[in-house]
Amino acid sequence: MSAVPQALADLKVLEFGGYAAGPHIGKVLANYGARTIHVESRERPDGFRIQYPPFKDNRPGYNRSGCFAFFNDSKYSVTVDLKKREGIALAHRMAQWCDLIIENMRAGVMERLGLGFATLAELNPRLIMLSTCNMGQTGPRADQPGFGSQLSALAGLCGLTGMPDGPPMLLYGPYIDYIASIFGASAAMAAVIRSRRSGKGALIDLSQYESGLMFMGAALHDFFATGHLAERCGNDDPDAVPHGAHQCSDGEWVALSCWSEEEFGALVQLIGHPELVRDPRFATAASRRSNANALDALVSAWTAGRSAEAVAESLQVVGLAAYPVVTMAGLFRDPQLFARGQFRVRRHPEMGDHAYCFPGFDLTEAPGDIIGPAPCVGADNAFVFRDLIGLSEDEYEAYRQSGVFD
Amino acid sequence: MLLPDVLIVDATDRLGWLAGRLLADLGAEVIKIEARGSDRSSSQWRACNVNKRVLELDPEGAAEHQRLDELIHAADICLLTPGSSALSPRLDPAVLRKDYPRLVVVGITPFGREGPRSHWKGTDLEIMAAGGAMALAGEPGGMPVRVSEPQSYGWAGAQAAAGALIALYRRDATGKGDLVEVSGQACVVTALSHAPAFVDLNGIEPTRAGAFITGRSIKGARYRVFWPCRDGYINFIFYGGVAGRRTNAQLVAWMRERGAELGVLADIDWKSWDPTKADQAEVDAIEAPVARFLSGISKREFLIEGHRREMLGYPVSTVADIASDPQLEVRGFFQSVAGSRERFCGSFAVIDGERPALRHAPGEPGAFAPPRRRAGGPG
Repeated sequence: MSAVPQALADLKVLEFGGYAAGPHIGKVLANYGARTIHVESRERPDGFRIQYPPFKDNRPGYNRSGCFAFFNDSKYSVTVDLKKREGIALAHRMAQWCDLIIENMRAGVMERLGLGFATLAELNPRLIMLSTCNMGQTGPRADQPGFGSQLSALAGLCGLTGMPDGPPMLLYGPYIDYIASIFGASAAMAAVIRSRRSGKGALIDLSQYESGLMFMGAALHDFFATGHLAERCGNDDPDAVPHGAHQCSDGEWVALSCWSEEEFGALVQLIGHPELVRDPRFATAASRRSNANALDALVSAWTAGRSAEAVAESLQVVGLAAYPVVTMAGLFRDPQLFARGQFRVRRHPEMGDHAYCFPGFDLTEAPGDIIGPAPCVGADNAFVFRDLIGLSEDEYEAYRQSGVFD
Repeated sequence: MLLPDVLIVDATDRLGWLAGRLLADLGAEVIKIEARGSDRSSSQWRACNVNKRVLELDPEGAAEHQRLDELIHAADICLLTPGSSALSPRLDPAVLRKDYPRLVVVGITPFGREGPRSHWKGTDLEIMAAGGAMALAGEPGGMPVRVSEPQSYGWAGAQAAAGALIALYRRDATGKGDLVEVSGQACVVTALSHAPAFVDLNGIEPTRAGAFITGRSIKGARYRVFWPCRDGYINFIFYGGVAGRRTNAQLVAWMRERGAELGVLADIDWKSWDPTKADQAEVDAIEAPVARFLSGISKREFLIEGHRREMLGYPVSTVADIASDPQLEVRGFFQSVAGSRERFCGSFAVIDGERPALRHAPGEPGAFAPPRRRAGGPG
């Protein structure tokens, strides 16, 4: 890690909730130095700790989940029983300590717990609270629970994935939650910047559904403007042809696209068919689109004799966009991702060495990092409550004996 | 507005358009730099460049370059997609960082600024392939596919906006700008969720599962995700946990009320049923009666009943379904700029109970006064 203090070294963040959409915001901020505390309880730990594989060595356990690890590296974990009056009192103390609260419970739950924004803002007028849930805090379906893996379908993303004559396709995991969470990181930072400049707090209502629609903005604009109904079309593109994935000699696939006459000329030269630029089937972009299957067959015949890496490299040399379709194992071998340090191994007390994923951006002069592994449940109770929140020994012991934490 | 005093110069191409849009939604004044006569008619351009103002430049015009320099001098953030326009030599990230020490410069490229493939060309298709997303979408063993609506530009722009504000926060505290480097490929990787963790932890390689979901059972069972219904498809998954148990029980109750054949569903105790321990035969037996039931349900019926019963699951929407969704209407999500009927996704976040209005129509020229230079400003 750089000797330069990280960009968010003085930012204090508290998270209530679990799974993906809330914790991923905190993870991103933690990677740039924010002190981020993930609040759980022994009775109800983050669902990602126990409900979904992968688990280290395929053995489930609170501290063995790769799913939880993905969303929670570089944070502290505390356990607070929010069903106890004393637990709420401790949460109020924590709210006075922090700059930002991120919560992704169902709409209204924080208020019912006594942790609504109005209550906490009285204790900390500079407080930012970001509330993120499926539908947002208002509206006729505000109370609808949901997971991102399904919300991606409601937002139209799954319906636009797959072949025209086949079913919709799943986007892996809670895809839409990552859109909302990276939007949430921006909204939270904007509010924190204003808070530091003006002393004003803010309540941010972030709908994961609406966030996902921002990635559908063009299709929606087109529908409003023309009535055109976007449909899934495999890998086709309205401008580029060829534009698709082709299997190679090593069984891997390569993605490539051709955006101009010049690029098409370079492609057919490379694949050994320079005469195709004069072939009436392929002489113009329109004719190439009409004969796309025949053209794809010619390209596939060429890629079938070479590895995906070799195909991509040779296409790039002649000025075409191309890249192997990187598999999950391939992510760890990809030279470009390796050079960026995309995956960074940190040692977890129970999982051992594990590769954590870094965000897609970095600050050149104050770089971020995977500060540490995902925390074991409640591992930081003593440090957080005593050293960060500032409980006295008597207060700490009183909370512990009341069963707020162990 | 959260960023009322923040001025942003946006000289990006499609890879970075969304960054400026998101920052404008948060209240920043975003000036989009466009070559004189550029095409701004597409839905792609208009959806991502609404809420910005435009400064037209002639790449050969010296006076206009001076205008650009003055603008950058006053700016807090400059968004760039290096190498993408005729103005690029003047908008080199490293040069701007050197010339404007307080400026946050954001450079967005397909594969990053450094590394052996930093110079490679990539469009949405190749970036989605390079980031692993295509390896996970499509039929098992079949051709990998991308989302037909380009996504990688969104991922790059969204992460660029977050990076810009993290750097601006530091700038406020230290007086020092920064160069935020954004890789489209790496941005897509972060959207793969925990899929790479299967490789790292257990040596298992997630891949395309078609209309099914894998990785939920330690016995390798796959669960159906997309179910044909009366007018399209429904996304429904048998989950575990508190919410999953409620959903599963409610679905069976709904089926029972409708007199649907329940098969093995009739005897399952959802409180103890654990999807992580089910094998394929068990999953197949559970799913068969559900497939028959859902085939007679409409998308809107599922949406309404699912909400009423607090079930997990949603219909697979078309843009027409989305455009008429009452939830979005009540929240005022779709917006027009005052005086226009052109409709857009509105500002993405509701701040203190209000959704910030869209202020500038796409392509609205900036009638600039000489840029105001804030006290302690750049340079």
